[in-house]
Amino acid sequence: MPRYFTDEHEWIDVEGDSATVGITDYAQEQLGDIVFVELPDVGAVIDKGKDAAVVESVKAASDVYAPISGEITETNSSLEDDPALVNSSPEEDGWFFRLTISDTSELEGLMDDKAYKTFVESL
Amino acid sequence: MSDDTPHDETPLDTLPLDSWHRAQGARMVPFAGYEMPIQYTGPSGGIVAEHNWTRESASLFDVSHMGQLTLKGDHAAHELEKLLPGAISNLKPGKMRYSLLLTEAGGVIDDLMVTNTGPHLALVVNGACKWDDIAHLREHLPDDITLTHFDDFALLALQGPKAGEVLESIIPGTGELTFMTAGLFEWDGAHLWVSRAGYTGEDGFEISVHEGRAEDLANALVADERVKPAGLGARDSLRLEAGLPLYGHDLDQNIDPVSADLSFALSKKRRSEGGFFGHKAIAARLAEAEGGTLAKKRVGLLLDGRMPAREGADVFAGDQKIGTVTSGGFSPTLGRPVAMGYVDALHAADGTALECEVRGKRLPATVSPMPFVPHRYFRGS
Repeated sequence: MPRYFTDEHEWIDVEGDSATVGITDYAQEQLGDIVFVELPDVGAVIDKGKDAAVVESVKAASDVYAPISGEITETNSSLEDDPALVNSSPEEDGWFFRLTISDTSELEGLMDDKAYKTFVESL
Repeated sequence: MSDDTPHDETPLDTLPLDSWHRAQGARMVPFAGYEMPIQYTGPSGGIVAEHNWTRESASLFDVSHMGQLTLKGDHAAHELEKLLPGAISNLKPGKMRYSLLLTEAGGVIDDLMVTNTGPHLALVVNGACKWDDIAHLREHLPDDITLTHFDDFALLALQGPKAGEVLESIIPGTGELTFMTAGLFEWDGAHLWVSRAGYTGEDGFEISVHEGRAEDLANALVADERVKPAGLGARDSLRLEAGLPLYGHDLDQNIDPVSADLSFALSKKRRSEGGFFGHKAIAARLAEAEGGTLAKKRVGLLLDGRMPAREGADVFAGDQKIGTVTSGGFSPTLGRPVAMGYVDALHAADGTALECEVRGKRLPATVSPMPFVPHRYFRGS
């Protein structure tokens, strides 16, 4: 199962025409203690680059943009009661939402694990 | 009491403890014209951890961006009283008072602490306002009053329930101070001006120390395992829980002290006698408050759920917009969002059910007395 990364610090696991999206360890570290995550509604159609979720830390609210376009099929209900999962397990249990991929060509140009690591080190 | 307006147009200043903060793992951000620690990294770092440690033990905050000024002259207290609504002339040596510099229209130029040190009056003003405050004081005070800016002094705040026992063990005698009193102490050959005050709602101290000895003092404080450094992020969430207004957000020149619910800072004698900038406007606001016709008032809001309402969020009573949030965030102590803001005084009674609008959603909010978390000042044993 390939994992892609964006320069907005999101990760995308692709399995067939479905993708799971979350934010990276680097992103959660930058945001600090997360107290609330506003997730999209199931069934919502989101466009690449547009607002998909909002992460509230103690200090500020930050937008999470859709890394690819698609229809939301599932959101991580564990985050309602325990938003700190995004801090403790950002790249596994703290996932945000799943969607059906409407255009696989949007995956081209995203970074792989190695490229993302290099990108973060350059910041 | 401080503002976070970044001064993009001018290069940022560094604090005397800049390298100390970085060595402690601080994440530095622009604040009030300085590079300042917003939080620290590491196992005990992070805004929530630093916030909770302050409520449980003691934290060291660097507030050296704030302006430390003194006024000296025969009638300094009398002259300063023309610019603010607090009673300063009757302030005994070693006592301090919270007050407000006011415009002639009664707007708040800045909030500040005034201490009678004996030989002079000491003022601590907000970092982002200090240059304007100095200009205002210089313009309106007589020439024979000497204003000195102690810009080579750091200001360290030790805040938390264990601050008293910690500081007493390092600087004997400081434990005798009670809330809003201050004195001169000697520590390791350095003179320290120590005030039992702060802006977290907890017991604690603010220590003025020459920049050349600030690092030694900071090291001595964090060498005590009860003390950890804390940044601006925790300071903001602590003061919000304590219901304390932040200048530039909850207070500005368009807001008067009565609407800001700071009438406690208007000394009774001075309300009746006047003789200070803004007296006429404040007398009118006080009469309105008395008669129930005050237009708007600063209130606390407790929100349901977990989504915070932040500065700028509209406040509604039904379909009608009746106010705006001026500070808001998630309260680590209460585990829910809290906010403060200005609402129409008709909707300002405790317990009133209102709604805050965030990203198109209406969040239920209840007008609540402040502080949200009780103050625990040391008023004597």
